[in-house]
Amino acid sequence: MSLSFLNRSYLGFELRRTFRNRRFFIFSLGFPFVLYFLIAGPNRNETNLGGTGLPAPLYFMVGLAAFGTMNAMLSAGARIAGERAVGWNRQLRITPLTTREYFRAKVVTGYAMSCLTLGALYLAGISLGVSLTGSEWLRMTGLILVGLLPFAGLGIVFGHLLTPDSIGPAMGGSTALLSILGGVFFPITNGTMVKIAEALPSYWLVQAGHVGLGGKGWSATGWFVVAAWTVGAAALARWAYRRDTVRV
Amino acid sequence: MAVETGIELRGLAKSFGEVRAVRGIDFTIGRGETVALLGPNGAGKSTTIDMLLGLLDPDGGSVSVFGLTPRAAVDAGDVGAMLQTGALIRDLSVRELVAMMASLYPSPLEIDDVLELTGISDIASRRTQKLSGGQTQRVRFAVALVSNPELLVLDEPTVAMDVEGRHGFWTTMRAFAARGKTVVFATHYLEEADAYADRIVLMANGTIVADGPPNEIKGMVGTKTIRATIPGAALDALEKLTGVTRAERRGESILLACSDSDAAIRALLAAFPDSRDIEISGAGLEEAFLTLTGGENGHGA
Repeated sequence: MSLSFLNRSYLGFELRRTFRNRRFFIFSLGFPFVLYFLIAGPNRNETNLGGTGLPAPLYFMVGLAAFGTMNAMLSAGARIAGERAVGWNRQLRITPLTTREYFRAKVVTGYAMSCLTLGALYLAGISLGVSLTGSEWLRMTGLILVGLLPFAGLGIVFGHLLTPDSIGPAMGGSTALLSILGGVFFPITNGTMVKIAEALPSYWLVQAGHVGLGGKGWSATGWFVVAAWTVGAAALARWAYRRDTVRV
Repeated sequence: MAVETGIELRGLAKSFGEVRAVRGIDFTIGRGETVALLGPNGAGKSTTIDMLLGLLDPDGGSVSVFGLTPRAAVDAGDVGAMLQTGALIRDLSVRELVAMMASLYPSPLEIDDVLELTGISDIASRRTQKLSGGQTQRVRFAVALVSNPELLVLDEPTVAMDVEGRHGFWTTMRAFAARGKTVVFATHYLEEADAYADRIVLMANGTIVADGPPNEIKGMVGTKTIRATIPGAALDALEKLTGVTRAERRGESILLACSDSDAAIRALLAAFPDSRDIEISGAGLEEAFLTLTGGENGHGA
């Protein structure tokens, strides 16, 4: 496959500048990776974590896969806040770049970061003895990638509504809230909490990861919730982008 | 085939809350013209430019760029602009950034030519976050030019440049305009408008105060002042000198507002040969506008 589009297209340059930003790269990729070894490392020989019947390295790998990819996806969009602060999106607005192309570049960049995060966590998991069948790896990865769609939109919304000052706390807060309510760190068992969790895209991202734990994947509700959040976030993102032409 | 259609602003108005930034202005710009929007800060120049570029929707009136809406003209790749505020996105080299922008247009200029033209060939491989203020401005100019636009819009482009940078900048702009391109630039320097525009549209308080060739406008706002220490001179005697309109005492020295500073300095030296510490300077635009608009002071934005 030719990579020459990297030299000529808007998307190519966008990818290039994302991977060149060492701080961004290290934090979005390195954070879940380090966290994984901190949590799963000491429990690497635990084969029945909390009575779940699951080995600890596997359990934490899928949990952090949800957390890490969600974070990578949201952060990719949130970088827009910095571009707006220097007036770049006004500069883009006086070019023929369409809303669609602009979004595509942002979403593909987010997916590129997410895939790297996922790959790093899979390698880390394998190094601690995680072993899944080929079909389990594939089904889990596929569902996670679909489950990330709402976060691509939400990241862009954050990037257009917030400033570089507020983006850090806002992102940290929402990621933590979505993670906890969605059951990234602790399984959700309480009835009411399950109802809330099922309405959140983060819950279904975790369920996608749980395919690796022998889970069934998504129910019809799951597909519906993810689709609804994707459509909603995309509409919000479009609105936020369109209104965002004034001097900041 | 309406090839000659230029730019038309009709009854254009925009307010921000209570502030009436642009109060219903009309003017047209012919294809190939270089027009300066001249006015002090808060005159409404940037707001007008934002509406011309489709970045702001007017409250009233309309803009047409080569017969199209601003948005359609931008989509057709007809417009290039250097906005007043703005930096560059980071993590690309200067060349990559210019190439990235070129990739968005149907018929861009050659990257090397643009780098050469804007004098940034020597910093082409430097990262955008490592440039000085003046270099950043030149890269932004390159970004505006690379699209090879029919209409080039520059909003106070020389603000962060040193004298040498300014000179190079305007030379490049003139060379580009000479290809038959239409250029609109905003400035609050009379000298820039006078030297580089075919026509000056003078704005103050969101309205057009005057519109004409640079010579004409210069005559209206180009008043000068003479400042000197003049031993034993009475103010009313000074005010009677040819070319002097007003005399004021400022501490030790005296300030003479002049309608014709050349005649005034000759008359001054003839009548008061002891005059010393003489300085002649152009009056600030703000002051000139106060005179022109009869001292009416609306809200500046």
